[in-house]
Amino acid sequence: MTSIISVAGLGKTYDSGFTALRDVNLDIKRGEIFALLGPNGAGKTTLISIICGISRQTEGRVTADGFDIVNDYRAARSKIGLVPQELSTDAFESVWATVTFSRGLFGKAPNPEYIEKLLRQLSLWDKKDAQMRELSGGMKRRVMIAKALSHEPEILFLDEPTAGVDVELRRDMWEMMRELREQGVTIILTTHYIEEAEEMADRIGVIRKGQILLVEEKQALMDKLGSKQLTVHLQQTLEAIPSELSEFDLHLEQDGSYLSFSYDSRQDGDSVARLLRKLSELGLEIRDLNSSESSLEEIFVSLVHEEN
Amino acid sequence: MNFYAIRAIYKFEMARTFRTLMQSIASPVLSTSLYFIVFGTAIGSRMGEIDGVSYGAFIIPGLVMLSLLSESISNASFGIFFPKFSGTIYEVLSAPVSPLEIVIGYVGAAATKSVMLGLLILVTARIFVDYTIVHPFWMLGFLLLTAITFSLFGFIIGVWADDFQKLQVIPLMVITPLTFLGGAFYSISMLPEPWQSLTLFNPVVYLINGFRWAFYGIADVNVGVSLGMTLLFLVICLGIISWIFKTGYRIRS
Ligand SMILES: Nc1ncnc2c1ncn2[C@@H]1O[C@H](COP(=O)(O)OP(=O)(O)OP(=O)(O)O)[C@@H](O)[C@H]1O
Ligand SMILES: [Mg+2]
Repeated sequence: MTSIISVAGLGKTYDSGFTALRDVNLDIKRGEIFALLGPNGAGKTTLISIICGISRQTEGRVTADGFDIVNDYRAARSKIGLVPQELSTDAFESVWATVTFSRGLFGKAPNPEYIEKLLRQLSLWDKKDAQMRELSGGMKRRVMIAKALSHEPEILFLDEPTAGVDVELRRDMWEMMRELREQGVTIILTTHYIEEAEEMADRIGVIRKGQILLVEEKQALMDKLGSKQLTVHLQQTLEAIPSELSEFDLHLEQDGSYLSFSYDSRQDGDSVARLLRKLSELGLEIRDLNSSESSLEEIFVSLVHEEN
Repeated sequence: MNFYAIRAIYKFEMARTFRTLMQSIASPVLSTSLYFIVFGTAIGSRMGEIDGVSYGAFIIPGLVMLSLLSESISNASFGIFFPKFSGTIYEVLSAPVSPLEIVIGYVGAAATKSVMLGLLILVTARIFVDYTIVHPFWMLGFLLLTAITFSLFGFIIGVWADDFQKLQVIPLMVITPLTFLGGAFYSISMLPEPWQSLTLFNPVVYLINGFRWAFYGIADVNVGVSLGMTLLFLVICLGIISWIFKTGYRIRS
């Protein structure tokens, strides 16, 4: 697959002397949903701001759909829509006026039918004549999305699109992202909700302290780093783990009637079977079994805290 | 050229003007009327003619310039300062627009508004005094040129200012004194030396003189020099603006 955005050797040092990005290399594939994860201050917004033309890089090069974002900024920027993290809006403008303004700004001929369709899709049609200051935060967020989509971009950046958004609206937004992807729009989103990345993303990138730690297919990431856990609830309580079980990574829990077993399903496929056999050999009766997979969240936390 | 973008910015700015119509248009008209009542009618009736022009008529070009300068600067500076302040500038920065298109949109709208105001003040003045315009095309030319030049200057101030106080300080501390001392209310030939010579360093003198010449055909300084000085200031402002966009000064972090 060809990449639609290509970031090479990108570095950013702010005027204050703070280096927010160092040697970032990243390729976004055409048509994918890419989730960028990272703790506060990692440099997610800085990276997006540079690609969209709001900040200038100090080093490196970025192309969008093959166009250099500095030398060919017109061609590059006209492909990109941005929903920024901050909800900055013109308080006295109407919803209709502000979305129409965005379309014009991006050099597209007026198309009221398209804007109407967009506003209906985002459930904003009955608010089209309302001033921005009369809207709730979630509605403002949707107007920002309408603005970003007003010029029919091929690439959409969503900087924490679902922060402060209720559960129902979040589901709607996920649905919309999927529809956009079906139409061929490439989506790059940042989020602090791992659930969101798990739900939406094709690939995941983790950034910390201005450096990309890893970029992986979501599934591969979860498989590779995902350890599983099996909890065995026994009929009796144990004082200590029997020495016969020392080959397994076991912990006694609660009153001693729970055994928790951590294992990697890919590396030792038969360890569960062996454990269960050993337990029955020892005459330990099993009351219940429960197995769980580590979530992306746990993977993320362990990655980000590594080296700390 | 991204004409749709220029139009979008221009329309946005004009909509802002019309939303605040009272403040945008009524207050300069009111304050100018007060000047006419005080200086033109009350004091002016006791003043003799200057170069054959009644005092009330003599101060008209200066008063129009006074409003034109301060309005151009405040409109244009606010127009670009506010998006920076509220954060909505992100959209203009991320759009496929060139610096020139941005400037045409913002400065064009600010200049349009000041020209409208200038003409409105002229109409208002007519209520108080009779006046003639000897060179109407030159009058319009100076009006337009000054509005554009000082809107550019205002744009620079709006980019430079990072708080509301800085936005006010240059118009208040520099432009107002220069306009009052620039011969709006008197002919500089009425000043004793060395003030008369010192005044020639005040750029506003040239603006007011050129403009007054267009009305009455009289001027303290040569009209060609007036025009030259105005154009020079225009070129300086354009230079500063292109430097701003080249370096991203206070626009792009
Ligand atoms: N204009 C600026 N000048 C100086 N430093 C800045 C500027 N903008 C951001 N930074 C710094 O750069 C770092 C990265 O900021 P950035 O906004 O990119 O983080 P982020 O990953 O988006 O965080 P969050 O999840 O909180 O949105 C932070 O340490 C921040 O303080
Ligand atoms: Mg951020």
